Amino acid sequence: MKQTPVNRFKAEFPAKSINEGYARMVAAAFVSQLDPTVADLADIKTAVSEAVTNCIVHAYRDKEGYCPIYISGAYYADGRVVISVRDKGCGISDIKQAVTPLFTTDPAGERSGMGFTIMESFCDKMSVSSRVGKGTTVRLVKKIVRP
Amino acid sequence: MYIDYKLKGNVLTASLHGEIDHHSAVIARTEIDTEIDRVKAVGLNLDLSDISFCDSSGLGLVMGRLKKMRASGGSAVVLNPSERVEKVLRLAGIDTLMPIKKEELK
Ligand SMILES: Nc1ncnc2c1ncn2[C@@H]1O[C@H](COP(=O)(O)OP(=O)(O)OP(=O)(O)O)[C@@H](O)[C@H]1O
Ligand SMILES: [Mg+2]
Repeated sequence: MKQTPVNRFKAEFPAKSINEGYARMVAAAFVSQLDPTVADLADIKTAVSEAVTNCIVHAYRDKEGYCPIYISGAYYADGRVVISVRDKGCGISDIKQAVTPLFTTDPAGERSGMGFTIMESFCDKMSVSSRVGKGTTVRLVKKIVRP
Repeated sequence: MYIDYKLKGNVLTASLHGEIDHHSAVIARTEIDTEIDRVKAVGLNLDLSDISFCDSSGLGLVMGRLKKMRASGGSAVVLNPSERVEKVLRLAGIDTLMPIKKEELK
């Protein structure tokens, strides 16, 4: 049965690196409603920062004009938080390879291929769906439980 | 983010303050590299004690500076990362490539 969220949010902003900070603050402000621990909040900020940075450095790498990033979030009565980060960029042809630790297509940009690994280890669940030429959505799930 | 520098002999300590993400890392790397070249540093300490946020771009920043120092026969060390920052660095195995040193803060 599909649960209805207790609360939700949506934001859209252009793929500019200055918005990486904005995106993680928006997500953190939303999740703060659940009174999370400092560590859980930091996990969410880091995971969102990874997902949004990937849109900026990879998805829209060669694109000009307006490049939108969509972030949406919801939380449920059991404390489960779901955050999605979506772009309309180049897409990922081999997702399995992309999520492999240390795999990067941009070593020259001082990237180390750890973004997906960080999202996976800082969240309870991370899933990627993508279509080449259409875009990518990363879904992050984390349960917030107050000790 | 802002950075301040201290030079002792030919060892440069760069103290980074604030948040390291892709946005700030791009700015920081040119700034630090310029300072390394200017003072002809042989050793580099990256003091991360005042970093409040760090994602994979911080990994890239640290590894990139290590590479640069090694290319000229030098070395680099990470100083005093918070538990949080250290967790990110260790995920990528940075601790196997360079020392992460913790010193009493004076
Ligand atoms: N939104 C996206 N659109 C297109 N390609 C992507 C996207 N996100 C990730 N990728 C691809 O997946 C690879 C792995 O991503 P990941 O975040 O794990 O590492 P990275 O971004 O290369 O390096 P790091 O995150 O450590 O700086 C990227 O190099 C890129 O090729
Ligand atoms: Mg990444």
